[in-house]
Amino acid sequence: MTTESTEQPKTDFILSEEQTMLRDTAKQFFSEQVPISNLRKLRDEESVDGIDREVWKQAAELGLAGILIPEAYGGTDFGVTGMGLVMEEAGRTLAATPLFSSSILSTLILLEAASEDQKQAILPAIAAGEMIVSVALEESGHHNPAAVSMSAEKKDGGFVLNGRKTFVLDGHIADKLIIVARSSGQIGDINGLSLCLVDAVAEGLKVTRSKMVDSRNSSEVTCENLSVSADMVIGTINDGAAPLERALDQARILLSAEILGGVNEVFERTLEYLKERKQFGVPIGSFQALRHRASAIFSEIEICKAVVTFALSQSDKKSNQIARLASLTKARLGEASTLVTNEGLQMHGGIGMTDDVDIGLFMKRARVQLQLLGDPRFHRERYARLNGY
Amino acid sequence: MSNLEKFRDETRAWLEENCPVSMRTPMPDFASGGDEQPWGGRNASYPNPDTKVWMDRMAEKGWTAPTWPVEYGGGGLTKEENKILQQELRRIDARPCLLSFGIWMLGPALLEFASEEQKQKYLPPIVRGEIRWCQGYSEPGSGSDLAGLQTKAEDMGDHYLVNGQKVWTSYANKADWIFCLVRTDTSVKHEGISFLLIDMETEGVEARPIKLISGSSPFCETFLTDVKVPKENLVGELNKGWTIAKRLLEHERAMISEMNMGAGEASLGGMEELAKEVFGELDGMIAHPTLRDTVTRHKMDEEAFGLTLRRTGELAKAGHGIGAEASIFKYYGSEMNKRRFEILLELLGTDALTTEGEGHNQDVMSISPQWLRSKGNSIEGGTTEVQLNIIAKRVLDLPEGGQA
Repeated sequence: MTTESTEQPKTDFILSEEQTMLRDTAKQFFSEQVPISNLRKLRDEESVDGIDREVWKQAAELGLAGILIPEAYGGTDFGVTGMGLVMEEAGRTLAATPLFSSSILSTLILLEAASEDQKQAILPAIAAGEMIVSVALEESGHHNPAAVSMSAEKKDGGFVLNGRKTFVLDGHIADKLIIVARSSGQIGDINGLSLCLVDAVAEGLKVTRSKMVDSRNSSEVTCENLSVSADMVIGTINDGAAPLERALDQARILLSAEILGGVNEVFERTLEYLKERKQFGVPIGSFQALRHRASAIFSEIEICKAVVTFALSQSDKKSNQIARLASLTKARLGEASTLVTNEGLQMHGGIGMTDDVDIGLFMKRARVQLQLLGDPRFHRERYARLNGY
Repeated sequence: MSNLEKFRDETRAWLEENCPVSMRTPMPDFASGGDEQPWGGRNASYPNPDTKVWMDRMAEKGWTAPTWPVEYGGGGLTKEENKILQQELRRIDARPCLLSFGIWMLGPALLEFASEEQKQKYLPPIVRGEIRWCQGYSEPGSGSDLAGLQTKAEDMGDHYLVNGQKVWTSYANKADWIFCLVRTDTSVKHEGISFLLIDMETEGVEARPIKLISGSSPFCETFLTDVKVPKENLVGELNKGWTIAKRLLEHERAMISEMNMGAGEASLGGMEELAKEVFGELDGMIAHPTLRDTVTRHKMDEEAFGLTLRRTGELAKAGHGIGAEASIFKYYGSEMNKRRFEILLELLGTDALTTEGEGHNQDVMSISPQWLRSKGNSIEGGTTEVQLNIIAKRVLDLPEGGQA
């Protein structure tokens, strides 16, 4: 008898009723509570936190901070697809929240590698929006987990950390940091990494805020003889790479979902503009030079939707193809967002260059997202390697 | 055991018994339109007699058109059963039993628009591969502006008198019948077009092959001079042919999108393997760094496009309508296929530009005709520009009328 099941319904691309409701909830929340004006306000008033804590509290009350977290740890457990839907909506309004840093990246690492005690101590607080946890990974301007050099020297069963991290999202408002450090192996070797959970006020830790082009939070983190006790190591010493990569892959896919939201928003706004704006007495959307480009963009976005949706559903199915799919997705969305924000700005003409119009904000955000967790070049190379060529 | 499992077992057993061994080998000389291709028709020849045996056995079960209703000779299979049949055919590497514009394009249109009498008359011979059809759409003056066609069908009381010229008629010189768009009203454009079936043996029909840049001649000019066509050969209502034409074009675009996938370098082991062979390996990677990136980009495009097709399939099955969005497949698929052959030429260098010569690999030499042929992908069945126009108008709802 055949082993393959031929009658099981395939649902790689179709949302369940529950997921549709979650998306609607998220759409309403972000459009009403965290519209783009929220980001402008944070930027223009030079908010110290760089996020609106009241809004984040509301998000947590709706369960959005605990989407990936099992109910046993206080989460809502909607899975990666559920979180992808939320991220898509967040991307549409450029919502500045610790959703990605704390409820995705840190949460995924904890879910992949943390001990039961660690999970119980931290995940419920993340889900409740009471604790913000950030990941300190990057050390240069280019994503490269294998190049981690932050040293973790063994001492008293734990470690002493020395080194510097950059591009730490929401680092300056984090209550705890997960610092990726090298406890063995050579720089350039993905093996030999350890994941250290550190209190924000720990002695030897210095966090300074940086300003990014997209007006979102980022920090420089310096460790100077920072002590990490054994029970603050997440997972097995020296074996941090595997859970880190698994977490990063899911995070790359979720980040791509956020990019997709932004891309959709920019394209819809651009289409509206093509229909409204008149030159030579007619809407500029009647000019074939622009129509063809709009149609080509539409085609690209359809492809992006398929890739993102599939990668999300495969994450939930724990597919062994996730690394490949994450690179496929992140590379595609990085390039698509560059295309769509550039074309969107060009089609808006002069007013697209003004700060009053949101297109520029989307372009700046897209550029940071493109760089975050690997740019298209990084992911094309990785995709090729994973495919054996 | 569920019904589908039973169907799979029975199908597998039947195929094992009935698919001739030579039909489980790759088709020879695929690229240049080798004569083992099973196109059927009145004048078909079968250098390999198994081709005919395979076609007849499949036709007897209706499996040359698996999902068509049994009363018209089809297999009457459900979508699920057909999927299993296709899986089982792939499992034994079976060659296609019948290649047919009748099955891919005309049949679905007849099922939707033809009279009962017409279905009874035309569909079963298509299923059996007895009648080979070709499509008379484009004209010298009507390419992208298809609805501007001028071939005229005059009502002479008991018949239509057809005069005009068709062009890009695929395999018209080998076809038995042609389905034609003709003008039955000159005072209006789209509303003056009718859909007519014409026997190629009728007096006044002449097909002349056109030699293409690839060297082959799959297309013809078809001249229609005072051709008398019985009135019962009109499909659907008079002057309502454009509706049928549009639907048929959707089938054609789907067919072109599917044909574009695969083939090409398959016999050479895939683009990435080819690149390793030509430029060597470095730690298991293609040693040429920029070509490696080019190949990778293309492989990623192919995977992403494949997922897009799957998504559309799932959405369609779930009842979410897919209409003009399908234009993205024709647009993207054909552009991607053209890129593919450009990359293959880049990979193979002058070896792929050699058309004849001692010590040269046949499979490599088959690339350049395919490369040249692929240029037509973004022209036939509606150019890339026409597809982009369709998306702009029907999907994006952009206003029309701009000149600048």
